[in-house]
Order: sequence, then C-alpha cells, then structure tokens
Amino acid sequence: MPREVDHRAVRPYADHLGDGLVQMSFTLPVPYSLAARKAALELAAKMGFQEPEVIHYEQLTEGYTYFVMYGRCVQSVDFDALQGEGFDIEYMTEDEIERFAEEHLGRNVVVVGASTGSDTHSVGIDAMLNLKGYHGHHGLEGYRFFKTYNLGSQVPNSVLLAKAIEVGADAILVSQTVTQQNLHVQNLTELVEMVEAEGRRGDMILACGGPRVSNELAKELGYDAGFSKGTEPHHLATFIVRELAARVAATG
Amino acid sequence: MSKLDLDPGVVAACRQAATRIAEQVAEQIAGRTTLSVERSVTRLLGVDGANALEVPLPNVLVDHVHERGGLGRGIAYWLGNAMIQTTSSPQQLAEAVSAGELDLLALQEAEEPAIHERVTSECAARLREIAQRFDERRAMRERLGDGAAPLRYVLTATGDVYEDVVHARAVAEGGGDIVAVIRSTAQSLLDYVPYGPTTEGYGGTFATQANFRIMREAMDEWSEQHGRYVRLSSFCSGLCMSEIAAMGAWEGFDNMVNDALYGILYRDINIVRGLIDQRISRMINGYFGVVINTGEDNYLRTADAIEAAPSVTASQFINHQLALDSGVPDSQIGLGDAFEIDVPVKNGLLYEWAQAQLTRELFPDCPVKYMPPTRHMDGNLFRTHAADTLFNLVTIATGQGIQTIGVPTEGIFTPHIHDRVLGLQNVGYVFNAAHDLGEEIEFKRGGIIQTRAQQVLAGAHELLERIAQTGLFGAIEDATFGDVSRKQDEGRGIEGIVSTEPGYFNPFVELMREASYA
Repeated sequence: MPREVDHRAVRPYADHLGDGLVQMSFTLPVPYSLAARKAALELAAKMGFQEPEVIHYEQLTEGYTYFVMYGRCVQSVDFDALQGEGFDIEYMTEDEIERFAEEHLGRNVVVVGASTGSDTHSVGIDAMLNLKGYHGHHGLEGYRFFKTYNLGSQVPNSVLLAKAIEVGADAILVSQTVTQQNLHVQNLTELVEMVEAEGRRGDMILACGGPRVSNELAKELGYDAGFSKGTEPHHLATFIVRELAARVAATG
Repeated sequence: MSKLDLDPGVVAACRQAATRIAEQVAEQIAGRTTLSVERSVTRLLGVDGANALEVPLPNVLVDHVHERGGLGRGIAYWLGNAMIQTTSSPQQLAEAVSAGELDLLALQEAEEPAIHERVTSECAARLREIAQRFDERRAMRERLGDGAAPLRYVLTATGDVYEDVVHARAVAEGGGDIVAVIRSTAQSLLDYVPYGPTTEGYGGTFATQANFRIMREAMDEWSEQHGRYVRLSSFCSGLCMSEIAAMGAWEGFDNMVNDALYGILYRDINIVRGLIDQRISRMINGYFGVVINTGEDNYLRTADAIEAAPSVTASQFINHQLALDSGVPDSQIGLGDAFEIDVPVKNGLLYEWAQAQLTRELFPDCPVKYMPPTRHMDGNLFRTHAADTLFNLVTIATGQGIQTIGVPTEGIFTPHIHDRVLGLQNVGYVFNAAHDLGEEIEFKRGGIIQTRAQQVLAGAHELLERIAQTGLFGAIEDATFGDVSRKQDEGRGIEGIVSTEPGYFNPFVELMREASYA
C-alpha cells in the first residue's frame, strides 16, 4: 500500500517518505584535519540535523576546509495551512494580456525599468522589457499595449524615479541580478523610500526581480510584487495589467 | 591545417576590411589626448600617492595643468620644463603642486629641445626600471614553470583585498594558472584610480596599486612555496584603462583584460575617449609583454549567441588589428570568445564547437580567451556544472589559449571560495580525460560543424565590409555589437578629451613605438 503524504507535517524527501534527508555544503576556516570533520558534524547537530554525516571533505587552501554533508531534518511544516494563501497565479498568454488591457484599461501601460545601484547586469531587465524577451516569450516592448523604457544597468534609484515621473509611468521595474552582502535589499529599500518621499507610491506599481528576490521579500520591502528565477515576461505583464485593472475598478 | 575547410579568400578579405576599419579609427582619434592618458604618463614617471582629500596626485597634477589651459602640449612638456627649472623629480613636483607651492605654468620655459631631452631621458630611465622588474619576473616564471595552455583563469571578487588573497590561494591550489581580481562594479566610471589598500567593494575589489602589490606578493609567495608560477590579471577598462596598464606594469601583472568596447557599450563611456585610452593602454601592455584579453564574449550576454556569432568574429578581426596597431604582437593578443548558446538548443554543442574551432583557426598564434556559459545559467547550480563540463570539453578539444573557468553558482552571487574550486576540479577532470581529443578529431565535410563555421565566417565578412563603409563608430551607433547603440558625441568621460596643440608630445609613446621591450 502506498503511503499517503501528510500535508500537515511535511519534511524533505530523499529516498522514501519522511526520511528528512538534506544535502548541504560549506567551508569552515579551519585546517583540514580530523578535528575539522568533527567541527562540521557538531555544527550540523547544532543546526538541528540528526545523524549528520560528512560524505566528503577536502582542503581548499591552508586553513580552509570544504565539506559536503547529509543530515536528517526532523522539523516539519504544515503545507495545508500555506495552500490557502492563493499565491499561485494563473498567467495569461500574450494575446490574452493584449485583449485584457484593451478591454479593462483601453490605453497604453507605461513601464520604466532598470538594473539599479552598482549592479552591472542588465540581463534580467532586458529579458523582461526588450522585444527579444526570454525563453521564446516577447518582452513587454513587443506588446501593443505597453510603452516601455529600459534604462539599462547601474542606474541610480534617483534617475529611475525621475524618469518614471517624467513619462508618467504606471509601473517601475527594478532588477537586481548579481549582488553581494545583501546590497540588493538596501538598494530596493532606498527606491521605495524615495517613491514615498515624492508622494508617488499610490500612483505606481512597484515590482522587483532577480535570482535572490522573492515575492515575500518584495512585499516586506514595500513592493507590490517580486519575481524570482523562472519568471517570463508574460508573468510580469499578467500581474501588471491585472493590478492596474483592479486599481481602476477600485477608484471607479 | 583547417578542419573547417574555410575559404582562405574570405579570411583574407576579412583581414583587409579590418585593416581599413582600424586605419579609420586611428584617423578619428588622432590629434587628441585624454586626461587619463596624461595621468598615465605621470604614473609611468613614478608619480604616486594622494592628497588630504584622497585625490590621487596624478589627477592633481594633470588637473592643475588642464585648468591652466596647458594640457594641449602634454603633461610631459610641463614636467620636463619643471625638472630643468627646479631639479625636482616628478614625484616631488606633484607633491609641490598638491601643496599649492608650485605653479608649473608660471615657471620660466626652457628651449623645447632641452625639455624634450630632459623628460625623454627620465621616461627612458623609468621604462628601464620597469623592464628590469619584468626581466626578474620572466626569470621567475621560467624557473618555476608556467602552466600549459589552456591556462585556467579564475576570478576572485570579494570586495576585500585580504579575502581575495585567501580565495586566490585556494584557486591556485585547485590548479588555477591566472588569478584575476574583479573590480568593484562602480570603478569603471570613476575618472581616477583610488589610492591604498581597500576592504570594501561591491561585486569586486577596487583596483588600486596597493591592492595590486598585496595580491602580487601573496601569489609570488604561493608560487615559490608550491613551485608553480601563478599569473595575475586585472582590468584595463573604464575611464582609467591606460592608468591601470601603468600600475600593472609597476606591479608586474602578467595579463590584463583590455577592451574599450566593453566600457563603450555597457558603461556608456564615450567612444572616442575609450579608443584613445585603449590605444595607449595596449601600447603599455604590449611593450612589457603583458597578454591582453578582449571582450567579445560579452556581446553574447546581451545578444543571442546563435544570431550574434558573426559579430563576435568580426569584432575579433577588428580588435586584433587595433591591438597590432598599438604594438601588441599575436602572442599577446587574447581575443575573446564565449560558450553562450542556451543549453536546450538542439546541437548547441556542435555550434559551440564550430565557433571555438573557427576562432582558433582564424587566429592560430593568439592565446584566445574562452569564456564559460553565464547568460542562461539561472541558479540551478547542478545544471550549470553540467553545462560547464561541455564547455570544458570544447575548450580542451579546440586548444584555447586561456579559459575562464565556469563556476556552478554563476548568476546567483559572486561565487564562494569552494564554488571556484569545484569549477576548477571539473576543468581538471575534463582537460585530463580529453587531453588529446583535438588531435584525433576531423569534421565531416559539409557537416553541421563545418557548415556552421563557414556561415559564421561569411556573416562576419559581410559585417566587416559594411563596417568598413560606415566606420566602427557608425557600426556602434547601429547597435552592431551586443544589440547596444552608442553615439560618438555622447557618453561618459567625453569632457576628458583634450585636443593636442603643435608641439604636443608623449615621450612614452615615442619610446615604446621604437621597440618592444618584450
């Protein structure tokens, strides 16, 4: 008899249900030695893993040792409680988005985007905005009902906001691709503060994206939405037109 | 012998077009110098340090002359004159100017030939001093042994030079042959080079002369201990590309990324400024035997790798000619190429193979620098590691000169210390397991690989003929490279271009043009 998954208490699955096995790797700044191995085991135990095992360890350079480990996670989460929150969005296709925009908005949606701060990578914002798009889906520039401005990379938040105000943007998109030491959080927060200081927060949708951005993080920082890895341009477009339509409906 | 059955007539036509394009560039940038070129002259003359406001003395000196309207004659003229009038060294002169005790333009002016002679002999002495350091370095490299091609080029990018040393040791231990410290992302737009050791930077560590020295000492120590020479590289790019070349010369850096086009396209640096700086920057690298790397690989991060392949090849022809014109020999021109076709593309590996082989056959004597997949690497580090394995296979089988190693955590953050070591281990397995594969392989006549290479070459030829008509500046404006458009009269650093006056001279250019030290 196959066992039923208990969604009220789920834990990692590796070989069979409930085993809780987690793979992890890290480096400790200690010399490669038996003591180093013990340190890794003890650390994993302190993290709460049962039966931690070091399956590989090696010296990176003098005084630094790298570990690959397994451990059994005994914690669990209540998946049923999370499912009610309804963050699984049904995305529209490009055609559906165009029809939706025509029907509910009847005008161009103006979007300004940039990769901000010290981030030199424009790959994320280009994938969302440029005609070529991503994974065979056009970027927003290719939609009839979108007017887009892609400011590129290393754009100061102040420049991005000034442009958004100048062109009467409906939405600002911020991309943070490769960042260090959580600089992206600081950068994203600064923009929200600036938009609020200008008294424009209510006029614009603020969205951000990047491999280390999540919807939860974005909302916590004061954005309307955050888009992570795997986002395609029509996902973003769906969100923008729906959100704008909702705002139009709300203000009558 | 060509494995790709390339038409020698097409190849020759590409070279001729590139020569015409480079000639036009030389004409378009003639009669001008830049603030950073003049600062490089002071740096090669040994000027170093910063004032109380942390303004580097080369900036203090050059700005002093520029503000007084004298830079059209070149900083060397004013320094030469001041050396005659005061008997001070360039460093002492810079300090006096910085302290407000000396106005270089208020001094009595000696006869022009006397000034030329005084400053030229000073410049020649400094070149000999630097050359001697390179002699010692070359001896060390020969004694300890340089790695065999493809050299494994590994980045570090912690922001803290002392952490970079730890990462650099680990990658040396993992088999890395060249360590390059990525610069802090904001640095390319600074019109000065920061001074002193730095421990804060984002996406990389500031290139400063002190940081160069710290890395050099650490790697020399490692090389001696382990009996294998580890090369160092940095970036001659951004608004200070010629100054970085001068600093690298003093500190004995073996390799340098050196490509103005990257800054022009991706940092919006003015085209003219970038190409003037590049010419001098490459001249310095060329003279001291430093291997330069060009940045064609970057176009494929913003343009589609299959469609844009001819633009990469065309750019290699142009970059090759521009480097030759700056006095860099083939053995020091590491043209750029990259493995950037999206992983799910059917037969993508065959197209990559064709492109990599094509680059090798077109530039057989250049240590081509081959770059790993980055654009489509999305955070699934196991998939990236698998893609890197294919990349490593193409690298060894096509005999690239330098390989920037792929790292599993590409596209997530600046990779961690063990990520780089894992990348190197992958390289090690593949280079060893497929060591002589390239020697065993021939391609099917008229097959996918030959056909693809011939198509890319034909596309490059067409593009080069078009660029020869419009000029390189026009081509950049038309978004020929990386899908990015830049105009000739726009961009950062444009205010730092200075028209030269009759009597302008740069003694280093004269000296370095005469003979390569290397």
